[in-house]
Amino acid sequence: MTDILDLLSNVSFWIAVLRIATPLILGTLGVLLCERAGVLNLGIEGIMVAGAFAGWLAVYAGAPLWMGVCVAALTGAAFGLLHAWLTVGLALSQHVSGLGITMLATALSYYGYRVSFPKVSTPPTITPFAPMDWLPIPVLDAQTSLTLLALVLVPVISYLLYRTPVGLAVRMVGENPQAAEGQGVSVAWVRTGAIVAGSALMGVAGSFLTLSAFNAFFFNMVNGRGWICVALVVFAAWRPGKALLGALLFAFFDALQLRLQQAGDAALPYQVYLMLPYVLSILALVLVARKAAYPQALMKPYRKGER
Amino acid sequence: MTASPYVLSLRHISKRFGALIANDDISLDLKAGEVLALLGENGAGKSTLMSILFGHYVADAGEIEVFGQPLPRGNPKAALAAGIGMVHQHFTLADNLSVLDNVLLGSEPLWLPFSRRSAARQKLLDVANRFGLPVTPDARVGTLTVGERQRVEILKALYRGARILILDEPTAVLTPNESEALFDTLGQMVAQGLSIIFISHKLAEVLRVSTRVAVLRSGKLVAQAAAADVTQAQLALWMVGHGVNAPQKKPSTHVSSEVCVIADVSTDTKNRERLQQVSLTLRGGEIVAIAGVSGNGQTALAELLCGTQRATSGSVQLLGKPLPPSPEQLVAIGVARIPEDRHAIGVIGDLPVWENALSERLRSATFSKWLWVRRRTARAHANRIVERFDVRGGGALVPTRSLSGGNMQKLILGRALLAPDGMPAARLIIAHQPSWGLDISAVAFVQQQLIAARDAGAAVLVISDDLDEVMVLGDRIAVMHSGRLTDARPSSDWTRESIGLAMAGAKP
Amino acid sequence: MRLEKRGESSAILMLIAPVAAIAVTLVVTALLVLWAGAPVGKTYVLLLQGGFGSVFALSETLTRATPLILTGLAATVAFKARLFNIGAEGQLYVGALAAIAVGGLHGGTGLEWSPWIVFPLMMMAAAMAGALLLLGPALLKTRLGVDEVVTTLLLNFIVLLLVSAMLDGPMKDPTAMGWPQSVALNGELELSKLIDGTRVHTGLIWATTLAVMLWAIFKYTTVGFSIRAVGANARAAAFAGVPVTGTVVLVAMLSGALAGLAGAIEVAGRTNYVTLDMSPGYGYSGIVIAMLAGLHPIGVLAASVFVAGVLVGADSMSRAIGVPTYIADVIVATSLLSVLVATLLTQYRVRLK
Repeated sequence: MTDILDLLSNVSFWIAVLRIATPLILGTLGVLLCERAGVLNLGIEGIMVAGAFAGWLAVYAGAPLWMGVCVAALTGAAFGLLHAWLTVGLALSQHVSGLGITMLATALSYYGYRVSFPKVSTPPTITPFAPMDWLPIPVLDAQTSLTLLALVLVPVISYLLYRTPVGLAVRMVGENPQAAEGQGVSVAWVRTGAIVAGSALMGVAGSFLTLSAFNAFFFNMVNGRGWICVALVVFAAWRPGKALLGALLFAFFDALQLRLQQAGDAALPYQVYLMLPYVLSILALVLVARKAAYPQALMKPYRKGER
Repeated sequence: MTASPYVLSLRHISKRFGALIANDDISLDLKAGEVLALLGENGAGKSTLMSILFGHYVADAGEIEVFGQPLPRGNPKAALAAGIGMVHQHFTLADNLSVLDNVLLGSEPLWLPFSRRSAARQKLLDVANRFGLPVTPDARVGTLTVGERQRVEILKALYRGARILILDEPTAVLTPNESEALFDTLGQMVAQGLSIIFISHKLAEVLRVSTRVAVLRSGKLVAQAAAADVTQAQLALWMVGHGVNAPQKKPSTHVSSEVCVIADVSTDTKNRERLQQVSLTLRGGEIVAIAGVSGNGQTALAELLCGTQRATSGSVQLLGKPLPPSPEQLVAIGVARIPEDRHAIGVIGDLPVWENALSERLRSATFSKWLWVRRRTARAHANRIVERFDVRGGGALVPTRSLSGGNMQKLILGRALLAPDGMPAARLIIAHQPSWGLDISAVAFVQQQLIAARDAGAAVLVISDDLDEVMVLGDRIAVMHSGRLTDARPSSDWTRESIGLAMAGAKP
Repeated sequence: MRLEKRGESSAILMLIAPVAAIAVTLVVTALLVLWAGAPVGKTYVLLLQGGFGSVFALSETLTRATPLILTGLAATVAFKARLFNIGAEGQLYVGALAAIAVGGLHGGTGLEWSPWIVFPLMMMAAAMAGALLLLGPALLKTRLGVDEVVTTLLLNFIVLLLVSAMLDGPMKDPTAMGWPQSVALNGELELSKLIDGTRVHTGLIWATTLAVMLWAIFKYTTVGFSIRAVGANARAAAFAGVPVTGTVVLVAMLSGALAGLAGAIEVAGRTNYVTLDMSPGYGYSGIVIAMLAGLHPIGVLAASVFVAGVLVGADSMSRAIGVPTYIADVIVATSLLSVLVATLLTQYRVRLK
């Protein structure tokens, strides 16, 4: 018990929590934007891989770090555009299209990595983002500016959704696309915009892994984080503020399992600790399942003129 | 420029969907300050025409002029900007958003960095005041009654400054009293200079509200006349194109023993539809018709008797035994079920006609052994249904979704009423909105079948929000309101007015 | 852009659509090959030869197709009932673990009974393990309305960690010198080879038989009707008296069992023990195969051979001219998306305003 208290009073623990939370915050906000507009985006897992790879490759090729982030965002946006064309333009199954995008984005990234670095055995590295030492706020001063960006994006997206005309349009096309169309709002454009923007955030979420958390690109480095974001959005009831809370809570448990694993008396195999995040995600889904207020048009393709 | 007397002119509008000509060279004008009724059967092309006007569809040919300016095609935004407002039959509102959100959407440029919500709230209240349509801006739409939702729907159009208002079957979901209130509102709008297109297939209300009537039939404009100059009979003839034989029904003669006794039944579902201590007795050889505005518990009652919902208290006895809990057992003992929404729950559109014709009985010993389907027997029975009930549209092998609504309903009737050899004929028939959305001849066919089943000794329960249907079919009539059911009294005890009052919840 | 439903799909279109889908895939692939600096034509020739060009190539392709048929069928039956089982990968691994648990040497149960008894037991255990793994998400879906996509996806990660823990612990092969692999399967339980000198094994016959059985179930049985009815319109199916929840649970058991069998048959036919990389995403490829086959069990056979051929061909082509093998995944993913689009265009007409 005292061990736990020690841990909770330990600054480095909280630094780890925030670091783990950052890609989840960005990814969850991305999923949230898509789903608020009524489109499930299972492409997130692959888009995060592509963002991680493309951002890192740009920096490796000599671009500044922020340019790398932009490249990651653009990569995400490009796959988002493809997903939008398939699910909004052609009204294909959102499940299958999203999975297809994940496969395609992952395969392209791995292929690109192998083409660019055919013979390396140790992954080439870059100089990642530096911590914001200049910031007089404990915990945050050990993070990089991408974490700050993620935190700032939470109120920004909240404002966007609830206080601007375009946010109202996004919420409306996710609730009742016929109504939006009847008021002269183009469902196709609003949905496409939301998917592209959300996918760009997913790309940035991926780039955090290669440009901030680590300094290289590895295979399997996203490792299900995208799917966890999809679960977190349900847990967050599609609200940005709750998404932040959910991501932090989740990261808290993930950091805790890492510490327990390190301090581990080999009573439990380390894999049990590693399972914890995935088990927690499922648990979170189950907990909120009964009262989950899904956006009413989620996963329902909208074909203009059809009822 | 010469001032045109018309606020809206449709010229030579044509639109086809595949082989179907939905609109055939239609020209129509609307004058300032008039209520033009657009009359026609389901499928006559009214909705298509209005969808073209509002930009949901693009016409194959023809032009539209609004206040003397040509209207761009296929652009709802342009229609809104030109002052056209549309109130859909099925409300297009987002339940999870507030009234203000629903009204505000689309009224501001999307790229504005902020919404002027307080100004918008004031403007909404002003508009609501001016037309006598009170609303609560911050209420969630999901919590409103049907009448209130329609108000929001109308306000959406008025808020955007509509000068021409199109109302698509606006009374379908209202009680007679609410309809009267709506007609008053329309009067106020016309007094303030608005022009209105009122779409309906109900003759009486068309004559009640409109100044002029235009009649569509099979995609063509067949007649126009001042409302004062025509009679209901004349309108009906225009609308259908020939005289229609109303279903022949003699009063029931052989009312036999009790088939189904519902005693004090309550249900408890999450949505608002629930039954509260409903009692009703159904006897063989008799049709009991239940009137009421949709959403007052009719669905719960139908689901209860169709085996898809349980009662939380009270009892239902069928032929002296408790009601079996599954659709399968109900069908096996002779309950024929005609559901409310044929597309959503009546048939499975992707499956072929023959499988839908058998879907209720496929697992019975007649049509399968162990798990194996006796395909030959099953197809033969399906063909018999298709033949006997005149299901047209390609035979037993086409996907059911390709059938027209009328043929789909015939298929459902045949499935329910034509028992295969060795199975009991229908003893209890539950028909929920059996003629909803059908053209007049299909309606007559459906009603005739129900009467024939009654004459053969079955107990028939018809649940309908169409007052005419209730009056035509019911030997006894009961009215449903807020989950409660009045006593079922002989139809001669009721008048349209007394039914209307009961539908609104007034105690008889 | 708007879509209008076509009255009738024209025969010509039905022919053009798959050709167009293949063309798009070939063009995308060609661009990537050019990026890698390899000659496009030669790459394609090598890829084809590697997958289908010799008896050996074909045998390798059929070996690879065997688990793909089973995971493809798993996805087919689930998707047919609109149960989005994305967890075939995990179900395959628990099936493999169950097979070792029953039929493994020391560290397994070490059952000394006749293989005539242990073999069916082993297969049943694998099928059960896969079925039970999917039963959880299926019940969560029917009881609580939890989306099965995310739960089955997350379970894949949990299962892989479980496999890793088993390979470190109870099922560790003591002779593997730290290499993460399980104890071996009892040699008597191995599936025999179909052709001497190749790796094609009788699992292919099993998988093909199951595909035909599934096709017959869909077409000729009341269960098949229930599955199709629930998938097409669950509310209408319930109204007609089809037990919807029961059908979804049954479908989950069937789908999970098929994926579990894929794991057991891989172990018994090819690998002989469980490793962490025994499946290069067979579970996920199964979804692609099911979609390529239009959810038709017989089509799954063809689609599996296609995907397997691409995977095998890419391996051999990569060894020859160094284009990374990941090109195979790109081909598979691109063909999935382009086939989806092509199929849609046979049913709808796209109008630009």
